[in-house]
Amino acid sequence: MTESTIPAPRRGVPLWAQVIVWTLLVGLLVIVAMGLRRAQQGTVQPGQTIDNFTLPLYSGYQIDGKSEIHFEDLRGKVVVINFWASWCKPCEQEAAEMQQAWAEYEPTGEVVFLGVDYVDTEPEARVYLKKFGITFANGPDLATRISQYFRIKGVPETYFVDKEGVLQYVQVGPFTSIDQIRAQIDPLLK
Amino acid sequence: MVIDEETMKVTQDTKITSYKLPLAILFALTFALALVSLVSAQGPTPTDDEVNRIAKQLYCPVCESTPLDVCPTEACRQWRDLIRTKLGEGQSEEQIKQYFVTQYGARVLAEPPNRFASYLVPAVAILLGVLFLARAFQMWMKPSITEAEAAANEAPPADPYIARLEEELKKQK
Repeated sequence: MTESTIPAPRRGVPLWAQVIVWTLLVGLLVIVAMGLRRAQQGTVQPGQTIDNFTLPLYSGYQIDGKSEIHFEDLRGKVVVINFWASWCKPCEQEAAEMQQAWAEYEPTGEVVFLGVDYVDTEPEARVYLKKFGITFANGPDLATRISQYFRIKGVPETYFVDKEGVLQYVQVGPFTSIDQIRAQIDPLLK
Repeated sequence: MVIDEETMKVTQDTKITSYKLPLAILFALTFALALVSLVSAQGPTPTDDEVNRIAKQLYCPVCESTPLDVCPTEACRQWRDLIRTKLGEGQSEEQIKQYFVTQYGARVLAEPPNRFASYLVPAVAILLGVLFLARAFQMWMKPSITEAEAAANEAPPADPYIARLEEELKKQK
């Protein structure tokens, strides 16, 4: 009877323990939220300045005598970054068009094509490059650092970066004609 | 002594044959030696089991959550072929795994590279959580019994009638 009228005094969890638990909980939620945000972000968006990255080239490929490309060294040129892989069938659809476009723009000296080989094995990649006669600079995406930076969703994907290093257009999936490639590069040359 | 032409020809043929035979043997031995050294440099062709023993410790980033040894995609087939090639070249399991880490990043490994740190953080977090819950339950349970009783015993009843009634009840006990 008395018990029901007098509430038992409640001793709570110590303040330090509460602070720790809430901090951990909030930290966990922040990590989950960041992960979800990143997953929903999609690829790098046009308008963003592309940070420097390094692409080691397959032997036999060079740009200005260099076998390792630092993106920031290409400032002042339009850069076409093409993600591909030898196991990727859609990549084969656009391989000939990409090479044709490179052959067209190479003499201008104002455009650089970079082939970034995504999660591939070198022997198979070489067979692919030889099969399509690809002569523009190509190299492996070591530790998938470049593809993670661009947050690619798959291959092929192509990124067009202007002379100031700002991303202008993203092509998800293969090009079906060389005109589509020209349509993205020509405005950047003006 | 007169040696007819036929006899001379036979003698010459025999001489040529006698040169040819050791030469042929020498060539054959050299070729066999070269072949043996080539084969031993390449090592025996690795079996599927040997390839899969390494493959099951790897995950291709293209097909997440599928170990390499059972992944049916073309990309994974290429990876398995590469493992076979590297095993054939005489590379060790560790060397091959390191190659894949260098090429594709540590996320391709089924087991994290730094096991101690990888397991320590969750283990400590779980331990802290268990300790916290145990302590919390201990604190929540104790006061509700002991302090309630103490309070009931110590607090004087507000109503004199109830106080008298409780007094009577205690006596009857």
